[in-house]
Amino acid sequence: MSVKNKETIAAETEADMRQPEEASRRLEVLKTYKIFIGGKFPRTESGRYYVAQDEAGHKLANVCLSSRKDFREAVVAARTAFGDWGSRAAFNRGQILYRIAEMLEGRKLQFIDELVKQGAGQAAAGQEVEQSIDRLIYYAGWCDKFQQLFSSVNPVATSHFNFSVPEPTGVVSILAPQDSALLGLVSVIAPVIAGGNTCVVLGSYSKPLSAVTFAEVLSTSDVPGGVVNILTGKMEELAPYFADHMDVNALVYCGDDMEMKKLLQQKAALNLKRVVFYDHVDWMSANGQSPYLIADSQEIKTTWHPIENIGGAKAGY
Amino acid sequence: MVDTNGAAMPLLMRTPRIDQVGVVERAARITKRSIKKETKVNGLLLTLNMIDLTTLEGKDSEGKVKQMCYKAKHLLDTYPGLPTVAAVCVYPAMVHTAKKAVEGTGIRVASVATGFPSGQASHEVKISETKFAVEQGADEVDMVISRGKFLAGEYNFVFDEIAAIKEACGNARLKVILETGELVTFDKVRRASDIAMYAGADFIKTSTGKVTPAATLPVTLVMLEAIRDFHYDTGRMVGMKPAGGISKSKLALHYLVMLNEVLGEEWMNNQWFRFGASSLANDVLMQLMKEKTGVYQGKDYFSLD
Repeated sequence: MSVKNKETIAAETEADMRQPEEASRRLEVLKTYKIFIGGKFPRTESGRYYVAQDEAGHKLANVCLSSRKDFREAVVAARTAFGDWGSRAAFNRGQILYRIAEMLEGRKLQFIDELVKQGAGQAAAGQEVEQSIDRLIYYAGWCDKFQQLFSSVNPVATSHFNFSVPEPTGVVSILAPQDSALLGLVSVIAPVIAGGNTCVVLGSYSKPLSAVTFAEVLSTSDVPGGVVNILTGKMEELAPYFADHMDVNALVYCGDDMEMKKLLQQKAALNLKRVVFYDHVDWMSANGQSPYLIADSQEIKTTWHPIENIGGAKAGY
Repeated sequence: MVDTNGAAMPLLMRTPRIDQVGVVERAARITKRSIKKETKVNGLLLTLNMIDLTTLEGKDSEGKVKQMCYKAKHLLDTYPGLPTVAAVCVYPAMVHTAKKAVEGTGIRVASVATGFPSGQASHEVKISETKFAVEQGADEVDMVISRGKFLAGEYNFVFDEIAAIKEACGNARLKVILETGELVTFDKVRRASDIAMYAGADFIKTSTGKVTPAATLPVTLVMLEAIRDFHYDTGRMVGMKPAGGISKSKLALHYLVMLNEVLGEEWMNNQWFRFGASSLANDVLMQLMKEKTGVYQGKDYFSLD
């Protein structure tokens, strides 16, 4: 009897699928585009939102208009996550970045679809998504290799073994590129987390869909909660807090607004943040990726290790 | 009815039953209040002044206690006009060190006693530990009740013990730790509060900080209401000290709101209300600096506690 039941159901389902007018009557379930803090997807605490539109002015989605308090919460999450992430084996960080790329590959069509909705051509969107995946792989490889590149053993005149190594700076706040919704975002996040930092990122205001969907990729790819936190909202409103928060150690700004740069530098001076500007970078080009981008959010720690005699040299005293 | 030093065991059948759902809901509503700007600053300053800065670790050393006492005296020197904390809270063996370190500052020294945190010690040991702490210079004694006896229904034993410790305290004020996390139900918390107050407690305190859950808003509400009813019945004021798990300023402000609503302004000072905490002080300082400068603060710029 149960067999017969199954057959009946299968036949009915098939019948449903053969009737397109029947299917089109179904109300589509739309995604709520929420922000990403500490591995969770809350709405902004402010309850505000704005309407993201395509180039023709059609509504794409209601998107969270994040407030400074969302940023504050995100910094707390990033700071909490830093201890674990920064002290993980570099190789493990590489594995996780590779995993992000895998997850992104699996969602390729969704990202292309969103980029097209946000105004990109079909071919360009496909290229952008592929480039983003490749970029993650690129930095996954660098995770346990950039240290050798930027480390040095320094000649000194005393009987010390003196060496310098890069270490993660800490929490990095990132004002991501406004025009390159996915590739730009990936290109600034990847080197920061590859280096063991955690970050709070503000996605593109006019093209926010990719940033939120990328957060979904992150949450399913073994990235510990809080390592990457993604907000959506107005740069003019949030940038001052990104720059002057005392628990943030570095700031990345992608843009060429001189007034903004001046403001950020002034505010960041409060606790001597490392300030990095990426203006006029073509993220599609080879200039969009480099181990030097990892070095931008690293601190160099120099150790003086006392020894009795190195390389046959006599102590100087 | 047992008579101990004139204190009398309360009639426990008159201890009211607690409406658990009602208490939890009321406590939750209190967290919805918004306290901003000057009110917030004043609340934060009051919070600082109510803190019992605490270190109760097996690894406590004289150095650690001295460091904490220095922190108690100099919360944040770059912020003029800050109050000090109310007291430092240490183990009996550290009272002498702490007393010397805070001399002349008005900061009191509190000592835990009676086999803290378990309370599993003999009567003689508990009495002599209490006397030792007071002799060493403790202004306040934080005792733990015998939860095992309480849960077994030996209320007279608990009552007599508290009364005996109160006597051993002499002039030192006695805080009675109920360890609400081990009492489990609000009914038992209320009953233990009544027993402690009638036995002569100057303060009732939620927790040792060694058991989870420690202080929560609902359990504090139950204890505050017990204090209120005791005050109606006897005219005597008793203090309240939630301890353990209060590490954020916002939460501390919620406690103050609750205190004001249940007991009123008379209790809004460190004579009658304390926070048992260690990391709360730095969070309050960070919030105060945020209000002053408008910039979110990071813990790198505040001394360790």
